[in-house]
Amino acid sequence: MNLVLFLEQTLNGLQLGVMLFLMAAGLTLVFGIMNLVNLAHGSLYMVGAYLATYFYQATGSFALGVLLGLSGTLVVGIVVELVALRTLYERDHLDQVLATFGLILFFNELIAILWGRSAIFATMPPELSGHVELIGGLRYPLYRLAIIVVGLAVACLLWYVVGRTRLGMLIRAGASNRTMVAALGVNIRLLYTVVFGFGAALAGLAGLMAGPIHVVQPGMGELVLIDVFVVIVIGGIGSIRGAFAAALIVGMVDTMGRAFLKPMLALVISPVAADTAGPALASMLIYLLMAAVLAVRPEGLFPSRGS
Amino acid sequence: MIRPRTWMLVAIMLLLAAVPPIAALFAQPFYLDLLRRVMIFAIAAVSLNLILGYGGMVSFGHAAYLGIGAYAVGVLAYHGIDNGWLQWAVAIGASALVAAAIGSISVRTSGIYFIMITLAFTQMLYYLGISIEEYGGDDGMRLGVRSQFTGLIDLNDPTAFYYLVFAILVLFLYLTHRLVNSRFGLVLQAVRSNEARTRAIGFSPYPYRLAAFVISGAMCGLAGALLVNQTAYLTPEFMNWTRSGELMFMVILGGIATTAGPLLGAAALLLLEDVLQGSSLLPKWVNDHWQLYLGVILILVVLFARRGLAGLLPGRERND
Repeated sequence: MNLVLFLEQTLNGLQLGVMLFLMAAGLTLVFGIMNLVNLAHGSLYMVGAYLATYFYQATGSFALGVLLGLSGTLVVGIVVELVALRTLYERDHLDQVLATFGLILFFNELIAILWGRSAIFATMPPELSGHVELIGGLRYPLYRLAIIVVGLAVACLLWYVVGRTRLGMLIRAGASNRTMVAALGVNIRLLYTVVFGFGAALAGLAGLMAGPIHVVQPGMGELVLIDVFVVIVIGGIGSIRGAFAAALIVGMVDTMGRAFLKPMLALVISPVAADTAGPALASMLIYLLMAAVLAVRPEGLFPSRGS
Repeated sequence: MIRPRTWMLVAIMLLLAAVPPIAALFAQPFYLDLLRRVMIFAIAAVSLNLILGYGGMVSFGHAAYLGIGAYAVGVLAYHGIDNGWLQWAVAIGASALVAAAIGSISVRTSGIYFIMITLAFTQMLYYLGISIEEYGGDDGMRLGVRSQFTGLIDLNDPTAFYYLVFAILVLFLYLTHRLVNSRFGLVLQAVRSNEARTRAIGFSPYPYRLAAFVISGAMCGLAGALLVNQTAYLTPEFMNWTRSGELMFMVILGGIATTAGPLLGAAALLLLEDVLQGSSLLPKWVNDHWQLYLGVILILVVLFARRGLAGLLPGRERND
């Protein structure tokens, strides 16, 4: 195994990890505070990708595309919260799963009506295309590096907001005891809307950054969504710290598995068998990881305290 | 005393039994095919209702067993083994084994963890199906020969196949009815209503829930074996997570923890899909984007029709 390849895959894993974190942070907060299972979180990721791509092409400016895409997703998120999800908070998980499943069908089809069923082409901004020379002669795409930087910056920002500000205090209080926070005179409805909008914008950010390196098409959100579920289950539902750790672990395990499992298996079993077993095992790896974590710690790695 | 609700169910079953001659009379074989499909999904929904409705375990991965049942038949047929008894026994056995493995981890958890774990395990099996090129990968493969029950029944005969599915559906409806009203079923329902009290009167919930999970998986495995014979095509799409969502929706739409619910739900959803997709009475923009309307209907049903279709039937379900 050569070092440059290993370094490159580590960076890829990190990049996948921060993307997963951006999605997981919103989802885990929405669950922790509102006790809402939101399957439609992946739809917000898709909406972010589409809006940013559309505005970038319309305005010709990447920064403007990002800005409009983000605020667009924020608005869509708030509208969804106000119209459909608000009545679901008191319902059981079953109703929430089904209603948000309905939302997924709705959004996928709506996007297909607006932009067609086939993938649209999302371009990378010229300033961020190209490669940079890193240590050891490794040339790494600038865009992916930028994703890592943005992701880590958002993680720091979240840590500051949740851990050090009044809003964050309310969020943490809400996650451990909603009824008590409401009883203390906090406008809990407003808090819910703010948190949901916040989560939607983060999902939108992940989506618009993913646009140029993955495909932008209806249903793109669901592929990521299930991986994000794995992340928040491993991390412990409701815990941002857990989501961050688990996102990096899942990102690394998935990337490394896809890159190195086949050659490693080939050392032990016959190359032909490794050809079949390698990719199959690699795509199952994170689910096996989740099963292993849950068998040892049923509440995830960092269970959030409180009820 | 026979309750009105039982009469209703009997009437529905008689109606289903009368479909083949009526379809033959009007030369509409399409409806035979559609209703056979409805009944196969009803069998899957009945199995899901056992754990979701009576057991309170919200499995978001029930499509896994549809897939395993289908793969058992498809893979054996691919290797030239087309004996139906063997194929279906493997379908049921393999589903039960996988359900035992998934259940042993997931049944320990509850609530949202249970939902996500069952979803993730199904996703794992879905990716496994996609990555095995030998059996068609993500394109799937054709089922060359339907399951053979030499001398007994020929599945290539649409009517005979229809009545076989019908018989299995009746059997499963009866079995679940007996099961949920047995001592086992009562403990299962007690755990759903109040786990702490059930423990307090001396029952350990885990074995009961796990057993229900395995029975449900095995039943759904048979539905998978039927499904692959119905489509004559094996594809990992059987295990797609949207399929699990549809099965859940069937159970909710029909009315959870009711005997007739899963059947009504399966019929309502599949017929609704068929109408939205293909009905010439609806404008083309509805036909083209039927999923949009299905999504909205789904949300409205969840928000407003809380007791499902079975709630509209006369009388009260004893198992409420």
